[in-house]
Amino acid sequence: MNTAHQIKRGVSFYSYQEECFLKKMSLEDCVSEAASIGALGIEVIPEQSITGYPDPGEAFYRTWDGWMEKYGTTTVATDLFLDTKRYPGRVMTLDEMTESVRKDLDIAKRMGAKHVRAIINTPPEVMEACASYAEKLGLKLLLEVHAPFHYEHPWVIRHLEVMHRLQSPALGFMPDMGTFVERFPRVMSDRALRDGARPHLVELAVETYNNHGDVHGLMDTFNYMGANPVEQGIARLSTFLTWNDPRGMLEHMPLIHHIQAKFYEMTDEGVEYSIPYHKIIPVLIEGGYNGYLSSEYEGNRHIQDIFEVDSVEQVRRQHRMFERLLGEDAGAFAGVPAGATAGATAQGGNSVR
Amino acid sequence: MFDKYMIVEDTLRNVVKDDRVTGFELGVRLPYYRGLGLSMVEDVQVTVDGETAPGSAVSLTVHGNTYKLSELPGIFDDRWEMGEVATVAVDKPGGLGRGEHSVAVRERLRISYMPVPGGGADQKVLTLRD
Repeated sequence: MNTAHQIKRGVSFYSYQEECFLKKMSLEDCVSEAASIGALGIEVIPEQSITGYPDPGEAFYRTWDGWMEKYGTTTVATDLFLDTKRYPGRVMTLDEMTESVRKDLDIAKRMGAKHVRAIINTPPEVMEACASYAEKLGLKLLLEVHAPFHYEHPWVIRHLEVMHRLQSPALGFMPDMGTFVERFPRVMSDRALRDGARPHLVELAVETYNNHGDVHGLMDTFNYMGANPVEQGIARLSTFLTWNDPRGMLEHMPLIHHIQAKFYEMTDEGVEYSIPYHKIIPVLIEGGYNGYLSSEYEGNRHIQDIFEVDSVEQVRRQHRMFERLLGEDAGAFAGVPAGATAGATAQGGNSVR
Repeated sequence: MFDKYMIVEDTLRNVVKDDRVTGFELGVRLPYYRGLGLSMVEDVQVTVDGETAPGSAVSLTVHGNTYKLSELPGIFDDRWEMGEVATVAVDKPGGLGRGEHSVAVRERLRISYMPVPGGGADQKVLTLRD
């Protein structure tokens, strides 16, 4: 167990989207749940969680501040979108994009966040135009590195060029651990089977992916094999998922300030089925990463057709894994009596496999 | 990603104005994990028992604000929130008959980070009660 690190645990409320969408969890429920598992760093998507975005009013912000104090949590990051296609028939101008990002930086500042996720389609010119404003607010504007993008992708290289040229403390990266999918998520292949994909084609896609073979050739192969739309979907999916060596982050570590800990399925055995966190976390420790691991559960959409989604249990399982891999005391969820933690552990088996 | 929740159960009813049935309405959600500005809601297509309503007959109400479908491209200061049940109304003199109806809704959304139009589709059998 390695304890020589400063990595902290958090949750993006993206994780609880199923329950929030269906109004089974309120925003305060999300804060309270995260705090109860010692995930004290909160990441929030204002356009998802804040009614009345972009102007929710001062009363909302005061309520939010109150929750952070009551539950002992901190707003670590907010996620911005950039609606470059807001206006019909044209793309936003650079000035409009800059204004949109500045508005989201203001919201982040008001919520007490330190980091702002810039969605992958944010142009490097907009990052450059917003850097000094972000710096003035004490914020870091971080480009998400989301599959199928990676650090050698031409788009990301353009961003790297801006970051290296400006040397601004306000710019950097927010890697999504979905770029480290080592084996095909079975929640996705199982869903394809339920939706009518033939087993031998699903198997071919999964095997090709797991062997890190020519996934881009699959579409063509599937075409020749008379693939139906669901089967073509699984072939396409195998090109959106990516496996990269996590050590590729080391070179960019000075620019990495927040991590979105994507996951699709925490199994009954307490591991992520497809993303090898036991290989990722040692790299983060080696690189001296000292920010948060922010849970991002994204399995709901693949199982909601027949299973009751339990995002809360899935996130709890991921945090038990993080505690293990980060060398925290087993079951030492801050603020939760030992008995309560044991109770949560005992609820292991549920409908989310 | 939330296609199956787009059509909200038990929301189909006729619209009555001045003692006359002028159409029908139902509750509909976005299939999306965040709210969206209305200018990016490109289409809300409603099909009942195989008959697709013309766009000119469709209007959308979000948190009390009603817009014709054709007005949405120009609405930059209002949003359809995540999970919000909006009311989609269709002008149809006489409305729908009592009983079960096969209802299909298809939404087309302009999501900026996606190269192709986004959105989703749902289909349910809803019962129209008095």
